[in-house]
Amino acid sequence: MWKWDYVIELLPKLLNAFLVTLGATLLGFLISILIGLVFALAGRSAYRPIRWTIRSIVEFIRSTPLLVQVFFLYYSVPMLTGLAMSAFVTGVFALGLHYGTYMSEVFRSGIDAVPRGQWEASTALHLSKRKTWLSVILPQALPPIIPMMGNYLIVIFKETPTLSAITLVELLLTAKSEASVSYRVFEPYTVVGLLFLIVSLIFSYGIRQLEKRMLRHEHPGGGEKR
Amino acid sequence: MEWLPLLLDGTLITLQVAALSSIVSLILAAAAGLACSSRHTIIRGVANVYVEVFRACSLLVLLFWVYFALPFLDIELSKLTAAVLAIGLNIGAYGSEIVRSSIAAVPKGQYEAGVALNLSGSMRMFRIILPQAVTRMVPPFANLMIELLKATSLVYFITLSDLTFEAMIIRNNYYTWTPQIFGLLLLIYFVLSAFISFSARLLERKLTVWR
Repeated sequence: MWKWDYVIELLPKLLNAFLVTLGATLLGFLISILIGLVFALAGRSAYRPIRWTIRSIVEFIRSTPLLVQVFFLYYSVPMLTGLAMSAFVTGVFALGLHYGTYMSEVFRSGIDAVPRGQWEASTALHLSKRKTWLSVILPQALPPIIPMMGNYLIVIFKETPTLSAITLVELLLTAKSEASVSYRVFEPYTVVGLLFLIVSLIFSYGIRQLEKRMLRHEHPGGGEKR
Repeated sequence: MEWLPLLLDGTLITLQVAALSSIVSLILAAAAGLACSSRHTIIRGVANVYVEVFRACSLLVLLFWVYFALPFLDIELSKLTAAVLAIGLNIGAYGSEIVRSSIAAVPKGQYEAGVALNLSGSMRMFRIILPQAVTRMVPPFANLMIELLKATSLVYFITLSDLTFEAMIIRNNYYTWTPQIFGLLLLIYFVLSAFISFSARLLERKLTVWR
């Protein structure tokens, strides 16, 4: 039934593919942070048309499937603009754009949580807008939302198999092609499933520890005060 | 535009998958959410394991496993059953967190009042706690249902002829229409999502009226 020899033969190939999955995850995560920050800041713009445009874009991207966005970017955009991107670049960009809209909400909640007095104090001290954001608001808004951002790192990791649709050779597609050669389906898919399970469980354990430490930091001496 | 009827066929399949898997996920979410709030360690443990495992697993990998790997254990499921099972298990695990946290958010005094009135445990849960918790659950569940709708696009991978799959077939025959086909596809999903959030808002208003 379950052949260990075959699993041992599979492992090096799957671990190689795991590096592609990990690369796409990390790059997608970085792009989503950048896009999320831009969306969050632009969503607070003083000009109503900018605010409205940004919120519509965020709403639209969040309401449509990542898979279809990936297809659109990979197949339609080159026809419309003549600009073709590799599967990896398209995939990473799609992940970043899709989860950037979720990340913008995270940033928004962090920025909203900074007390109003901090803005007023910055105005009173006559700090420039740039200085206010960089040295007063963001340093207070960012640390509390780090665990939430970590959760999206896990979400992005779990979504990378979607990119196999545009032939990005990550874990799932590697398992699929191995299965089509050996006609043994059970082991490759089970091993890939376990890999995803183990890595995301470890990650989420780490994030929970981080969350606890943040809480203790905020209420010294009262970690269980919840 | 002679391919439009094909997209409509796909929409019907997508709606079918979404409806069936939302029923499965709502049942699982309610069961696991209530079990997580149980006093019995074993019931709580089982529910926690379900939630942790299915939240940590990648949905697409789960779908592949259910559809392609399970037949090796002599469990052969139809495409639709496999899709509904995988999506239902995954979304149900997320939904149980909504149920659990909404129950936990009901003020403690309400429990104590139930105890003071000498109500039984199930009476307390079903007459006092849940009616108040359900109102809190509507907005997060609406978001989850939009996630579920988006997740149905993954059934494309097991060649169930949903919207996304139909669009890919149409693209093979009308290659020059590619941008329009995918643009329209995005628009259809957007309209379906908007319909979900609109109905949720109506439901929320209806539930809060009698409070």
